[in-house]
Amino acid sequence: METLELFVRIGIYTLMALVLVFALGVVTLRNLFHCALCLAAVLIGTAMLYVGLRADFLAAVQILIYVGAVMTLVIFVIMLTEHLGEKSIRQNNRQSPAAVISLSGIVVLLAALLLRTPWPVTDKALQAKASVMALGKALMGTYAFPFEVISVILIACLIGAIAIAKKDLPGEDVS
Amino acid sequence: MIVPLQHILIFSLLLFAIGLYGVLVRRNIIGILISIELMLNAANINLIAFSKSTSLAPETGQIFAIFVIAIAATAAAVGLAIVLALYRVRKTVYTDEVNLLKW
Amino acid sequence: MKEIEFFVDLIFVNAKGWCLDLLGHFLPDWTVVLVSIIISAVVIMVLGPLVMMYLTLLERKVIGRIQNRYGPNRVGKWGLLQPIADGIKMFTKEDIVPAQADKIIHFLAPVIIVIPALMVFLVVPFGERMTAVNLNIGLLYFIAVSSITTIPIFMGSWASRNKYSLLGGMRTAAQMISYEVPMTLSVVPVIMMSQSLSTNTIVMTQAGDMDLHWFVFTPWGLVGFVIFFLCAVAECNRPPFDLPEAESELVAGFHTEYSGMKFALFYMAEYMNAFTLCGIATTLFLGGWQGPLFPSWLWFFGKTFLLICVMIWFRGTFPRFRVDQLMGFAWKFLLPLTLINIPVAALWFFVPEQLAWIYSVPILAVSLWGLVKLNRSFVPEKRIYPLAD
Repeated sequence: METLELFVRIGIYTLMALVLVFALGVVTLRNLFHCALCLAAVLIGTAMLYVGLRADFLAAVQILIYVGAVMTLVIFVIMLTEHLGEKSIRQNNRQSPAAVISLSGIVVLLAALLLRTPWPVTDKALQAKASVMALGKALMGTYAFPFEVISVILIACLIGAIAIAKKDLPGEDVS
Repeated sequence: MIVPLQHILIFSLLLFAIGLYGVLVRRNIIGILISIELMLNAANINLIAFSKSTSLAPETGQIFAIFVIAIAATAAAVGLAIVLALYRVRKTVYTDEVNLLKW
Repeated sequence: MKEIEFFVDLIFVNAKGWCLDLLGHFLPDWTVVLVSIIISAVVIMVLGPLVMMYLTLLERKVIGRIQNRYGPNRVGKWGLLQPIADGIKMFTKEDIVPAQADKIIHFLAPVIIVIPALMVFLVVPFGERMTAVNLNIGLLYFIAVSSITTIPIFMGSWASRNKYSLLGGMRTAAQMISYEVPMTLSVVPVIMMSQSLSTNTIVMTQAGDMDLHWFVFTPWGLVGFVIFFLCAVAECNRPPFDLPEAESELVAGFHTEYSGMKFALFYMAEYMNAFTLCGIATTLFLGGWQGPLFPSWLWFFGKTFLLICVMIWFRGTFPRFRVDQLMGFAWKFLLPLTLINIPVAALWFFVPEQLAWIYSVPILAVSLWGLVKLNRSFVPEKRIYPLAD
């Protein structure tokens, strides 16, 4: 069984590396459609990581909402706004070197802090496994109020998005 | 846990940094939105990793991650609607070309 | 008698068990787990394409009969080798890539579309103890994985650099997103009744020997089943919901620029999706592998192929929808009906059965009637031709 665990560990590290490579693709590629596909790969990879961390329900939700819905929306908008085969347009602004330097500073600082902090890992937490039943009970019990707030936000966003994106009628004043 | 907590945290830190880089350097508004999704995703990984290692109720992390996903979906929907409206009026999706407060 | 029945029922499970026992004698523990995974994976990878091949034959035969002709009957007995001949033809065809195409994405799209189509086979319960992986979120996994399919379709349509492809891809995405909503909501009553997302448990709660406890025999189950099945037909882009590849308008939709084996992969994914969707419909509403007398896997495949025949029958008889009708059907008819169906099913859980029948049938009937009335398209009584005189 140790051998299997080793395989799983190697798999998780490979997955992390792949996710990082695709994430780099998201911010560096010139063709926006490729960026969106890289993001989809990152999201699916993260979902697999959630499975590795025993959060299967969240993994399924992530794929259903992010990959199934949000990505489709993003790709729709890319298709509506992008011109086919236009490669000469600069996609990044001139702050790239400054951003790299400052961000690498932040990453080094935070990574050093992370490695130095003694994170308390309790045995009880390692054994615990969140079932779907418990998730549902918590969502409808302890977190009922935030849940309702989220649903109101979703409705508001739905109406707002339609109001913003809809075409103005010819009679209406555009200003 | 199969992988030590620190490694997952560093991984999500890197993911967050990459997303932040995208937000800082991209000219295209859709590119910026995509990078924001990356950052939110990194935050979610942290929530799950912490919920696996502390003695809180095991479902807490997942529930907050679900809330984050819902908020990310709303952000994407409204942001993309704004991009569409902008494109219709100005025929551009590049941030540095949208430099007037009124048109 | 009972023992023979039991033996036939579990014949595949036992065969796998014997193989693993045999290997367990002279191999370490962890390889046995690995081999068990590999056996399941190989069975699925063989089953998927096999099912697809013979579905095409079945479809051509049935469509032939509907149109008063024989269908393929030259290659092999009753045309049984026809799928193999088709496969050889597909393999040897020239693979054409448009000059302007985005080469990598154009290549990746048909490869990626097959992966979710094969992955959903994992949670389909083919028979008693014959689910490849008994996930406790099985149903959610199925819905999530099958929702990935829009992305390879986008990839194929975008990379082809062809306006027909692009239009077809946009239509597919819009259609799949719209029909996913009522489909997901129509399975909620089933989840509430069986109190589980695991496909195995859902089948177990419909158990019963001669008196059938299938969910389809309740009012909410019947409505849910019809909605789920219609959405399933739309999800796998089959007629009458085949707007994405409407030949008369869009050449062939998102796979216009694909030929040879790549086209065959798109085709394969479509048929495997049709099979798994019918299988899940069987699992959720028709009692899965439950049934008297025959072995469990025979019941499952029988019910699934019955549903597939209904799909083929749809193709043979119905004309194609218009785009606005398609969207209106999903958002204005199916979605409200599922939303009414959920509270009806929730009340069913707490009320004794006779009383539940008394209130739920009228509620559903009235709402169905109301929705049909509300959705009736406007047709003027007498046509007026102001310019004709």
